[in-house]
Amino acid sequence: MSGLWTLFYKEILRFWKVSLQTILSPLVTTLLYLLIFSHVLEAHVQVYPGVGYASFLIPGLVMMAMLQNAFANSSSSLIQSKMAGNIVFLLLPPLAYWEFFAAYVAAAVVRGLVVGLGVGLAGLWFVPLTLAHPLWMALFALAGCAMLGAAGIITALWAGSYDQMAAVQNFVIMPLTFLSGVFYSIHSLPPFWQALSRYNPFFYLIDGFRYGFFGVSDVSPALGLSIVGTCFLALSLATLALLKSGYKLRN
Amino acid sequence: MTPAIEIREVHKRFASLHALRGVSLRVEPGEFFALLGPNGAGKTTLINILAGLSRATQGRCAVMGHDVVDDYRNARRVLGVVPQELVYDAFFTVREMLRFQSGYFGLRRNDDWIDELLHNLGLTDKAESPTRKLSGGMKRRVLVAQALVHKPPVIVLDEPTAGVDVELRQSLWAFIRRLNRDGHTIVLTTHYLEEAETLCSRIAMLKQGQVIALDSTENLLRNHGATEVRLRLNPGRLPEMLRPMLSSAEGNDFRLSLRQCGELETVMAALRAANINIDDVEVSKPDLEAVFLRIMGKPIKSH
Ligand SMILES: Nc1ncnc2c1ncn2[C@@H]1O[C@H](COP(=O)(O)OP(=O)(O)O)[C@@H](O)[C@H]1O
Ligand SMILES: [Mg+2]
Repeated sequence: MSGLWTLFYKEILRFWKVSLQTILSPLVTTLLYLLIFSHVLEAHVQVYPGVGYASFLIPGLVMMAMLQNAFANSSSSLIQSKMAGNIVFLLLPPLAYWEFFAAYVAAAVVRGLVVGLGVGLAGLWFVPLTLAHPLWMALFALAGCAMLGAAGIITALWAGSYDQMAAVQNFVIMPLTFLSGVFYSIHSLPPFWQALSRYNPFFYLIDGFRYGFFGVSDVSPALGLSIVGTCFLALSLATLALLKSGYKLRN
Repeated sequence: MTPAIEIREVHKRFASLHALRGVSLRVEPGEFFALLGPNGAGKTTLINILAGLSRATQGRCAVMGHDVVDDYRNARRVLGVVPQELVYDAFFTVREMLRFQSGYFGLRRNDDWIDELLHNLGLTDKAESPTRKLSGGMKRRVLVAQALVHKPPVIVLDEPTAGVDVELRQSLWAFIRRLNRDGHTIVLTTHYLEEAETLCSRIAMLKQGQVIALDSTENLLRNHGATEVRLRLNPGRLPEMLRPMLSSAEGNDFRLSLRQCGELETVMAALRAANINIDDVEVSKPDLEAVFLRIMGKPIKSH
């Protein structure tokens, strides 16, 4: 256990030491989205009755920031260690592969939650927010961060260079977040895109997270959480299997 | 007694390259052992397999009786490895790195030993410096400290003195020697053969993934070493009967290599008989460098 705890602590310390990049910068970017989109669209769009567009937008942006930062945390830490070669410091000790997994995912969750909390609190300053179901909100936040933390590990294990890492971030993670209903409800989409969105796990994360705030959602939160939970489980099992086999680490 | 390190018939293939071809070695507890060989011989590959950084294609390894694959947690607990590559984590200070490393080995409060390590490796005043700001030699010392946080009974150092100045080399070896006297088993690789000669009691030589010599340092020197005699002769010619001993000649200087010291008598007698004077003489004891070159020069017998 002490190995797991140490690695978790090290991962937290790592992003904390560069918090300008890892916390402040995503916070500012997300708030810029909020300012611009709510300013442009506030008067034109109302997704849920009685919910202003800025209020609707905030949970989506919070979730988006959490997902991107959870992913960035585990993936950039691991790829840096691989590229610099200091990954040996983790491979020489008797750390179990599940401890490795748990520590990286837990640290990704912490980073995601810190950024998410920052965005949420800053958002409150612009518009009031309600919290209809805080427990659902928390569950979706945790599930989202953990899922992307695991995805970050897989990506960094697979990637042989920073370029390949960036490719996954830009061509998989970013589109999936943007096309998941951060800025709109999928009901406003044409039927084809609406159907397609239902294959995007991020859609359920955002929808369920929003349910925690407004008590309204496109999909029932229980169904959403089981889908998200299944995705997390599948990703975790895949990550654990890769770590256990030593894929691209022990060779 | 359980060997400190046991390597049995280990093969390693990288795609088309057969990097290790059936290496078998046993290192006993308390030994100071050298693994020598030219670049690319497979020393690092073998160490990586022992440390679990890489897997053998075939064969088995154990550290203090713990198989490095089946019982990897115990095998890693008893092994400390100083990697060849000068790696560091730019985010953290020396002390942070040593605390993390202790934690990974399950040691919560290890500051007394960490302070001792820092002191012995001359790092005390660098403890709070970020590792990225250290010079190459300092980074190397941090790697040594990191390998020792858990006081491993078996310590493997992969070219620990490459690119390190003389002073540090001396102090590093003094420290490693003390660890060996305290009962730690030491295995090292180095390109400085005089280091291996003075430090190590036993030596394995690796060439193209095969062990081509394995013996005590003493035996290697006795069986493969030659005493070198440099003579300045007046007049500058060598009697015919000494020709077979000649290894090189330059002007009046002749270098002879002798199988045993006793042959010196023959040389003197031959010179006296031929009325040749010796203006200058220098006798050098057999050294490991000559032995190494001689052994490496032989063609490998294939199985
Ligand atoms: N990861 C790898 N992939 C392919 N070839 C490798 C790899 N690691 C080492 N080799 C090759 O294996 C041989 C042995 O290398 P190495 O163990 O580093 O030698 P040494 O440490 O004795 O200098 C070399 O020919 C090297 O190029
Ligand atoms: Mg090497």
